[in-house]
Amino acid sequence: MAQNKQFKLQNYILLIICLLIPIIALYVGGDSEFGGADGMAAELIDAEGNGYVPWIDNIWAPPGGETESLLFSLQSAIGAGVLFYFIGFIKGKKAGINAK
Amino acid sequence: MTKKNLYLFALLFVPFPAFSMHIMEGYLPLEWSVVWSLVFIPFIIVGTKSIKQLIAQSPEKRMVLAMVVAFAFVLSSLKMPSVTGSSSHATGMAFGTALVGPSSMGIVGTIVLLFQVFLLAHGGITTLGANAFAMAFIGPVVSYIVFKVLKKSGIKFRISLFSAAVIGNLATYVFTSLQLALAHPDASSGIGGAFIKFIGIFGLTQVPVAIVEGLLTVMVVNLLIGNDFVKESELFSFKAFSQIKTRGVAHGTK
Repeated sequence: MAQNKQFKLQNYILLIICLLIPIIALYVGGDSEFGGADGMAAELIDAEGNGYVPWIDNIWAPPGGETESLLFSLQSAIGAGVLFYFIGFIKGKKAGINAK
Repeated sequence: MTKKNLYLFALLFVPFPAFSMHIMEGYLPLEWSVVWSLVFIPFIIVGTKSIKQLIAQSPEKRMVLAMVVAFAFVLSSLKMPSVTGSSSHATGMAFGTALVGPSSMGIVGTIVLLFQVFLLAHGGITTLGANAFAMAFIGPVVSYIVFKVLKKSGIKFRISLFSAAVIGNLATYVFTSLQLALAHPDASSGIGGAFIKFIGIFGLTQVPVAIVEGLLTVMVVNLLIGNDFVKESELFSFKAFSQIKTRGVAHGTK
């Protein structure tokens, strides 16, 4: 039990650091739009002037930002759902064993 | 079992984007697409085998696999702003490596990459082999080695785990930069110069994101240990590979 309390305390501290890092990044990053790093690499290749032309295009792309954000939030929602179903499951299992 | 299957099913058939370090579709010349695709084929075979054996030996691993994929989904959908003014996201590969071993991660990574290609236009079919090799092989293997080395040299469990996740994540991006540099050498400074350019984009952005991944990995592992699901000693055990060997021998003698 004492060990569990220690885990909890540690997790709270880690959570705070996790939140701080992006917040600090937003300040340090300044006026940037925070575009994706993969897109920046593609731009770099385009800008190099070697005349490289992507020779194939994506088969399907979301029609717009709204659909894309829908798919992204769906992803995190289901990911979180499954992850915490599992954590709830093992927590309940442990409680069941302890209650016996 | 049916419920577990349902969850796995849901994970497999719902469209998801995942890892941001993908090389975009069409940005690898044809010959490099072929090279990386061929290089990755053995890892798909090994991964399939290892997952099959994992489930055959203990069906409850199905749920663990679902959780590993779920963790990767959550992390990869959260595009975090980084100090460089661009965004990137974590991979969750180290967490999976700790629980199911590096050999299974090839499949986990490929599945997520495929959905991303088809439904979100991130990454691409022609760059799938290269992206999967960097993310689902280099990342997990580096994480595994880092953890083992640190643990052996007497460093505490959580610090080893954190470092494994951070360095594994960075290694993926370093390797992606190398892949891009090989395919697009700089006109004047060659492959080396191009590598430094790409690492400048991916590397710096990735450092804070990698640290967040490390912290989250430790947090979830804390939850698992706190609820008596795994012991510290069971993580990063290389069971997946030894299973293949012993089972192979067993089949041979029968």
